[in-house]
Amino acid sequence: MTDLFWLIPFFPILSTFILAVFGTKLPKKYISLQACFAVFASFAVSLISFLGLLKTGPEQLPLLKTLFSWITAGKFQIAFSLQFDSLTAVMTLIVSGVGFIIHVYSIGYMAKDKSYARFFTYMNLFTFSMLMLVMSSNLVLMFVGWEGVGLCSYLLIGFWYEKHSASNAGMKAFIVNRIGDAGFLLAILFLFVHIGSVEFTAINQAISGNMITAGFATLVGILLFVGATGKSAQIPLYVWLPDAMEGPTPVSALIHAATMVTAGVYMVARMNMLYSLSTTAGNIVALVGALTAVFAASMALTQNDIKRVLAYSTISQLGYMFIGCGVGAYAAGIFHLYTHAFFKSLLFLAAGSVMHALSGELNMQKMGGLKKYLPRTYYPFLIGAIAIAGIPFLSGFFSKDAILTSAYAQGNYLVWALGILGAVMTAFYMFRLIFMTFHGKERLEPEAKKHLHESPPVMTLPLAVLAFFAVVAGYVSLPAVFGKNLDWFGRFLEPVIHGHAHHISLGMEWLLIFISVAVAVLGIFIAYVFYISKTHLPSQLAQKFPFLYRLLFNKYYVDEAYNALFIQPAVKGSELVYKHFDLKVIDGAVNGAGKSANAVGKLLSFLQTGFIKDYALIFLVGAILLLGYLLF
Amino acid sequence: MIPTSYFIVLSALLFVLGIVAFFVKKDLITQFLSIEVMLNAGNLAFIAFAKAHGLIEGQIIVFFIITVAAAEAAVGLAIILLIYKQKKTIKSEDVNLMKG
Amino acid sequence: MALCQKYNLPYKMQEFLFFILAIICVGAVLAMILTKNPAYSALWLVLAFLGIAGIFGLLDAPFIAAIQIIIYAGAIMVLFIFVIMMIDVRKGLSPEKKKWTLFLSGFLGLVLLFELITAATGVFSQLKTVGTENIGSPAGLGRLLFTDFLYPFEITSVLIIAALVGAIVLAKKKENE
Repeated sequence: MTDLFWLIPFFPILSTFILAVFGTKLPKKYISLQACFAVFASFAVSLISFLGLLKTGPEQLPLLKTLFSWITAGKFQIAFSLQFDSLTAVMTLIVSGVGFIIHVYSIGYMAKDKSYARFFTYMNLFTFSMLMLVMSSNLVLMFVGWEGVGLCSYLLIGFWYEKHSASNAGMKAFIVNRIGDAGFLLAILFLFVHIGSVEFTAINQAISGNMITAGFATLVGILLFVGATGKSAQIPLYVWLPDAMEGPTPVSALIHAATMVTAGVYMVARMNMLYSLSTTAGNIVALVGALTAVFAASMALTQNDIKRVLAYSTISQLGYMFIGCGVGAYAAGIFHLYTHAFFKSLLFLAAGSVMHALSGELNMQKMGGLKKYLPRTYYPFLIGAIAIAGIPFLSGFFSKDAILTSAYAQGNYLVWALGILGAVMTAFYMFRLIFMTFHGKERLEPEAKKHLHESPPVMTLPLAVLAFFAVVAGYVSLPAVFGKNLDWFGRFLEPVIHGHAHHISLGMEWLLIFISVAVAVLGIFIAYVFYISKTHLPSQLAQKFPFLYRLLFNKYYVDEAYNALFIQPAVKGSELVYKHFDLKVIDGAVNGAGKSANAVGKLLSFLQTGFIKDYALIFLVGAILLLGYLLF
Repeated sequence: MIPTSYFIVLSALLFVLGIVAFFVKKDLITQFLSIEVMLNAGNLAFIAFAKAHGLIEGQIIVFFIITVAAAEAAVGLAIILLIYKQKKTIKSEDVNLMKG
Repeated sequence: MALCQKYNLPYKMQEFLFFILAIICVGAVLAMILTKNPAYSALWLVLAFLGIAGIFGLLDAPFIAAIQIIIYAGAIMVLFIFVIMMIDVRKGLSPEKKKWTLFLSGFLGLVLLFELITAATGVFSQLKTVGTENIGSPAGLGRLLFTDFLYPFEITSVLIIAALVGAIVLAKKKENE
């Protein structure tokens, strides 16, 4: 059955074509049914292939399926081929599984939207691109999926294109991603020139055959990571993700939490053999990840927009994943990717449910005390928050702990400390969100309160499913302190991931777990003090440290700095070029060409009399001359 | 057996007569008829060479030419009718809509 | 040759037939040129086509001769005569304004005739005549049409449908007229 894995991306693209062509004519019920079924079919095939993979010996991996030869240009040969191994299995299960739940949730969330078919077309196309990204067996095809998800992200962020801010956010995401893509493309070209192939198997063979020097690995590793910072929203290219919250909430959940943003992490994990050659590149990845984790978490502390808090939280959590990959614990990074997919999409969908209940309200200062109105949203939300905060026995605890332990074990104490700092902030802002939204005084707008209602089951049911996974998903990989050989997840990924784990003593590991739990509890406690028991404290603090508060509230003025540093010069320069070069040189040349063609045409048009006999005569003369030339 | 050259000379003669007819005639219909003469002259050459080479393919080509000529006559005559409807004339000298 | 052999025509007889038919063809075409009325021109052309059909018969192409008579001299020419009857052809036919094109075309026609015959003589010197076997049987033609030339044959049917639809669309009265 495993050889059917190439069918996985087939269903969503088929559905995309049908919806794109006939979408406006089909009834809403059918559209949602087809879109969900397509993703579910992918999920089912992924599951079947995954089960088949468990029975397959490691020597047969990865399973390859070449569908057709795609590009043939001399030495440059690219096959349209898919592969399936344990890393791909994990990714396809996450993408299609979480994607399916979000599709179901969208049925309720988008029910009243007029572009229903367009939404599901994009969603299916997105699922397809993401599946292509994780299943391709070479970098070029992966790049196609990579660009595909970028395109879908643009389309979905700007889905409500009538809204100026939404279409701008879409463009921002697209352009910022281009910068990263340039790095990725350069890396692909370097690899091709050096190795002569872009197939993963060929690259890995070249690495094991010592064809690659550490310096080259560092160069390519950093270029690849530049691509990853774009897609996975790391410093310095994270600026697009908070703005991407302009899209519909299911999109934020699907793209900006569960799937697309993890593409960078996946790519680094996929190229782990390359990174294992270069400690420099690995350290850069880990450091950028750790800095992003802290930086983004600190920005989330003061935000009042419920989705923006979650957006910064996503950036921060992606930082953790890169810490895992950077310190060589790729399995831990992928493990966090996997647990994060559940609890972050849960949080986003629950936030969407809150917005739905409050007729689109995003400002947390206008919420509060919602617990008794929205119980079926509150409890999943709470579970998600506990999971992300790192309280023991929920999924987020296991994965974050695995990453931080690996960072410590590798001796990267700075990264570890930054990770712990980020963990305090994570617990704080998540519970700040919970307390401000669901507890305390009601600060609702009277108009919003009138329409206050719990979301329909089609939206709350996915929340329940995701909440269940947010609790149990972590049990596939337990830390060593609970017993030997409980790291089932890591062992499953072993055929793909060649990193070597560092070991530390059990006592040390207990200590690290204790520290991370303690900081999580500390963060929650501070949030409780600030927003439940002594609610005057936050504003006092803000007054005491006005500079710090404003810095955080305005997100370190990064957008403003980018605007002044890159955007304004580009705009000014373009204007200058437009005025002096475009208008004069290019337009002049184009108009001149047109005018001269016109003149020649006028000159020659006397031959065109419109009389059929004249044409025939010219034709005859031509025939006679040609025949004469051939004969004599 | 009659020499092939006889047929070819006849074919060339008919072809040139067709050309001359095309220029001599003034109405579109007869000009169209002259084109049919030229086509037939071509057919004659094909058949003659088919015979000379002992190859039946020449006759098959003629078969196709006749089919295409039928299609061409139908469309051509429809166009002539249309021109007549609009201009109330079929003189080729009165039709020069395509003048540049 | 088969046809001539069947009726056991001597060479002289064949030659005689050829010249008779050739004179009919050329004469009919000349008559077509000289007649003023397009309806008579069309009838003269029918005679020319019949003559050509006869020559096809001399050239071992009985099937082609038959379709020449049925399709060309029959169907296509009937179509012409129909159209001629629908149009007032003689209306507004004035003498040729540009006389010089007449002479020019006559001159060019002679040049072309000369060139064509020169070209043909060039070919005859290399021609190996093998035309003794029976080539033109309708059975052989049909077999070839449905084997080697199957695709072109089917495509012609599409062409004819297209021409049919095109002719109807072009010639039918517009609804708003």
